[in-house]
Amino acid sequence: MASSNSPAGEDGSPRHRRARNDMLKMYYNMNQEDVGGLNSDPTDINGANFDPQIYLSKVMKEKRLNELIDKEAEMVKQIRSLDSDMQTLVYENYNKFISATDTIRKMKTDFRRMEEEMDRLATNMDSIADFSAKISCTLQERREQISRLSGTHSLLKKLQFLFELPARLKKCIEMRAYGQAVRYYVKTRGVLEQYQHMPSFSSIHRDCKGIVEELRTKLREKFSNKESSARELAECVDLLLQLKEPPDQLCDEFLSHASQKLDEDLEVMQSQIRLHQSPADDVVESDQVEADISPAERFLKNLPVDILEFVDSSCNGFLSDICLVISSYKDLFVHRQSIHTSDHNHESLEEVANNKLGEFVLVRMAQYFQCLEQRVQAEKNTVDNSMLVRALDRFYRRLEAVNNLLPRLNILQRGAEIVNKCATDRVEYYLDGLKKHFAECLTDIRQILCAPKIAGKQEATDLSELLATMQSSIVDQVRTVLTNLKAFITNDVTFSHTSFFPGRFCYDIVREELVIGFLKHVFQVALDLSEGSHDKSSPPAALILILSRLFLDFEANTVNQFVSQVNEQFQIDPAQVQTTAAALCAESKMVAQRMLNHYVKIQGLQISQMLRKSVETRDWLNTIEPRNVRAVMKRVVEDVTFIDSQVGMLYEEGIRKAHSSDSSKRTFQSYSGPRKHQSTARSFTPSTAYDTSLMSNIQKLFSERIEIFSSVEFSKVSVLTGIIKISLKTFLECVRLRTFGRYGLQQIQVDTQYLNLYLWRFVIDEKIVHVMLDEIVGSTVHRCLEPVLMEASIVDVICERS
Amino acid sequence: SRALTSLAAESDTIEFLVGTQSLKSDNQVHLLQFDEDNNSLNKKVFRHREGEIWQLTTSPGDRQIFASTYSKIVDNKTQFYATVWKLPEAEDDSANEPEIQGEDEHSTQAKTLEPLCQLEDRGFGSVVSVLWEPQSDGSRVISLTETHILLWDLNVSDTEAKLANSVALEAKGHPKFTAGRWNPHHNNTQIATANDTMIRGWDVRSMKEAYKIENAHNQLVRDLDFNPNKQYYLASCGDDCKVKFWDIRNPSAAVLSLSDHSHWVWSVRYNQFHDQLVLTSSSDSRVILTNTSSISSEPCGQLDDEKDSIDGEREVNSDDEDELDDLNDRNKEPLKEGVLATYEEHEDSVYAGEWSTADPWLFASLSYDGRMVINRVPRAVKYKILL
Repeated sequence: MASSNSPAGEDGSPRHRRARNDMLKMYYNMNQEDVGGLNSDPTDINGANFDPQIYLSKVMKEKRLNELIDKEAEMVKQIRSLDSDMQTLVYENYNKFISATDTIRKMKTDFRRMEEEMDRLATNMDSIADFSAKISCTLQERREQISRLSGTHSLLKKLQFLFELPARLKKCIEMRAYGQAVRYYVKTRGVLEQYQHMPSFSSIHRDCKGIVEELRTKLREKFSNKESSARELAECVDLLLQLKEPPDQLCDEFLSHASQKLDEDLEVMQSQIRLHQSPADDVVESDQVEADISPAERFLKNLPVDILEFVDSSCNGFLSDICLVISSYKDLFVHRQSIHTSDHNHESLEEVANNKLGEFVLVRMAQYFQCLEQRVQAEKNTVDNSMLVRALDRFYRRLEAVNNLLPRLNILQRGAEIVNKCATDRVEYYLDGLKKHFAECLTDIRQILCAPKIAGKQEATDLSELLATMQSSIVDQVRTVLTNLKAFITNDVTFSHTSFFPGRFCYDIVREELVIGFLKHVFQVALDLSEGSHDKSSPPAALILILSRLFLDFEANTVNQFVSQVNEQFQIDPAQVQTTAAALCAESKMVAQRMLNHYVKIQGLQISQMLRKSVETRDWLNTIEPRNVRAVMKRVVEDVTFIDSQVGMLYEEGIRKAHSSDSSKRTFQSYSGPRKHQSTARSFTPSTAYDTSLMSNIQKLFSERIEIFSSVEFSKVSVLTGIIKISLKTFLECVRLRTFGRYGLQQIQVDTQYLNLYLWRFVIDEKIVHVMLDEIVGSTVHRCLEPVLMEASIVDVICERS
Repeated sequence: SRALTSLAAESDTIEFLVGTQSLKSDNQVHLLQFDEDNNSLNKKVFRHREGEIWQLTTSPGDRQIFASTYSKIVDNKTQFYATVWKLPEAEDDSANEPEIQGEDEHSTQAKTLEPLCQLEDRGFGSVVSVLWEPQSDGSRVISLTETHILLWDLNVSDTEAKLANSVALEAKGHPKFTAGRWNPHHNNTQIATANDTMIRGWDVRSMKEAYKIENAHNQLVRDLDFNPNKQYYLASCGDDCKVKFWDIRNPSAAVLSLSDHSHWVWSVRYNQFHDQLVLTSSSDSRVILTNTSSISSEPCGQLDDEKDSIDGEREVNSDDEDELDDLNDRNKEPLKEGVLATYEEHEDSVYAGEWSTADPWLFASLSYDGRMVINRVPRAVKYKILL
């Protein structure tokens, strides 16, 4: 046990160490498996750490006897096979060794022979070198001569070329091979200039110069020829530049030439504009000018084109030309300078060239824009919006191209301005249209209102129908306009995506200016109608009434409808707008109220006027005993009935205070009769004045103060009450200014009774009529020299008879 | 009653003349003295037997002299006359009445008026009103009949009026004058009259029409008044419930138009000292005090030093001096434009409103039922104007 214990104890400590090592290895991230797999197991028979003792003891311990016997047999077998393997290996190695010795021996013999041949080659080479040295020595002299001769030959060739140069150049020019000529000249220029001092050369130089000068003029001619194409031009410029023409001058010339073409384009545009503005005049004028053009062509030419075509042609003509100019200019002057000239100041040259171009383009574009603006301006009043939008879109798109060529000129901004302005103009135009339409609506209604009066009042016009027509036509108009304007912000239009356009257009122009502007205008027109009524052409009362109803309806739906439509169609965020729909509604309601108040005022005053005239013109002291109700009163009742029907067409009945079940007559009698008699009775006593005033004061203390010109509600009875109040108050005031005789008083008595019979049904509270009529009679009694009232029954009879 | 005026020549005591209008009994002229210290009203009654008084005006030269326009029934027809009267010498036997409101009371002893002269105007139509030349000795009077302007030279000692000049209103449709006012500027050479909806200006020297404002109001123009401190400014009121202010150099449009009343406006009066205060009375039974400082001679509530001293003098005897100082700092912001106060004491139509000539903060108004109300400008307003 002890012996078996100790190895286990010894074994324990290395195992412990190994575990520590493993940890370290793990720490240093070493591959433990490789090492461990190879080394760990001392019982692995193939391993490097194989310990036969341990293995044996292990096998002895673990295996049973028969197993051990098997193992032993197996091991013996393995050992045997290993032995035989070793033997074969040794044998093979020996064989190889022998063959290797053979090969080496063979090589030795071969190399010896090769060495001999090499020696022979070396001697041969030496002799060759000797010979060659000898030959070169003999040929030395000749070669120098030849090389000198060939040099002279090339010089002579060059000279010949020089002498032939003028002729060649001429020929080139004749053949119009200007490029070739320039190439020749540029090649020789250096030489010629170098040897200028020699007479022969100088003459050639002179000749060449002359020819080149000619060439130059030719080129210039071509350059300034209108017909030459841009490509040719570019070539010319290229050549001229090679001829060392001053580039800035060339720039100028190039630009001036380009400007001719552009001017032509502009001219065409302008003539178009003129045509558009005054087609008739221009036909005559151009007839004289362009007499050589065939009539059909002339006709075509004189036919004003529409805006789309105009923009199209202008784009194709002017804008593409200017694009071409810009790009070729850039190619010729700007880029070229940076490539070719390695001049010290080429940057400044480029800058100069660029500036020139910029200036040039700006001027032309300004003209162009002016033209276009004029044209677009002329388009202000067309009905067709989509065409204009398309034209603008095309214009803007083309302009973008130009802008891309010259980004620093901000051409696009100007274009954007034009688009904006055009849009604003359109909106203004539409606004104008709307305003006109509204005015027309008003005029129509006026005419319709006036017409039946002339025709003899066969039937009262249906106001509600008029109102409905007007309202729907206004709504329609606004809707059409909005739909038209929507073209400006459809998706396929380029500028609707830009930053400058949609925001301003939708919020400020369309919403604020157009819709809200229109509404405000309508309000203003209405208010003007009601304020400026002292004009000769004061509007008919029915119109005021219709307008008042119209604005009430506006407040209820139309305003909201407009605003929401705009918001929806133009993607407006209601939170960011200046004027809210609620404010507009409020304004609308305010206007409606004022219109209605005004209506009440007008009608009231009309009736008042009648009453006033009737009271003022009569001699109340000397009037005869009343037999009849005065015609004026009948007229008043008629008018009130008419107004009632008029208002009834547009406004609801409204709330009325409960009537007493008594008939009107009874009410009047019971209310005023006794008091009147009382006051009449007292009026004979000296203290009458005091008493009556006290009476009326006390009575007034208990009755509410009657507001005469007060605001009315939007209902029929309220309107009618307002009118009647105004009329009766006037009656009262007029009566107070007169002095009455006995019969005058009685006449008033009859009249008021008549009014009382008819007017109560129109008002909110019949008491108002009673109170006011009582007051009239009371005042008349007060102003009467001989206050004797008529018997109530007689009054009734007279009233009923009328 | 319709006739109310303050005594133009009186500057020490607050006095008003009121004329009654009654068909049945004798009419009277009441001289009302308001005693501020006791808040009491003294009344002297004078008989005016001639007829119903429609208008009273007082001479600017003599506090005892006034003119009345009255109607009398002659031959069953109402005729209008104008007469210049003299109040009898004052006696101190009037009974004090504690009430502000001056109701008719017959117990007071009535004295008879001394007629000085009648402005004979047969042939010129019914008299509408009498205008005294402002700020003069009261020797020149204009009587306005329905169709004529008559200028009289009045000689008090001779008790006789001589017709100096006259002009007839000639236009289509036989217009009638409804009101007139003497312009206190330009040496009193101009008057303004109203007929129907039109205001006309006249040059008194040549008796020619100087200017006219057509369609000044939509309805009848009831009254006119000139701004006492700012020349060319004229206020008018009428049946269209509006009070309008005009610069007579530009008759095409009103400078300002107010429509605070709900019925005809019967009178408009500038405060003689602070012309931003305008008093209007209307048949809606209201008296409205309006601030129009933007078109007054004291825009933005700034005062002339001159006027300040005048008013300061008047305010010395009041017991408000302490409060004045307190308010000095507080109410610096200018007075708001528009209606300052609405007085609703009247139960019937108010036909006349007048400022007192003695106290710039006091005014009286008279309604149809004979009630006269004396009111003051609200204190806050007063301080704001003064400070």
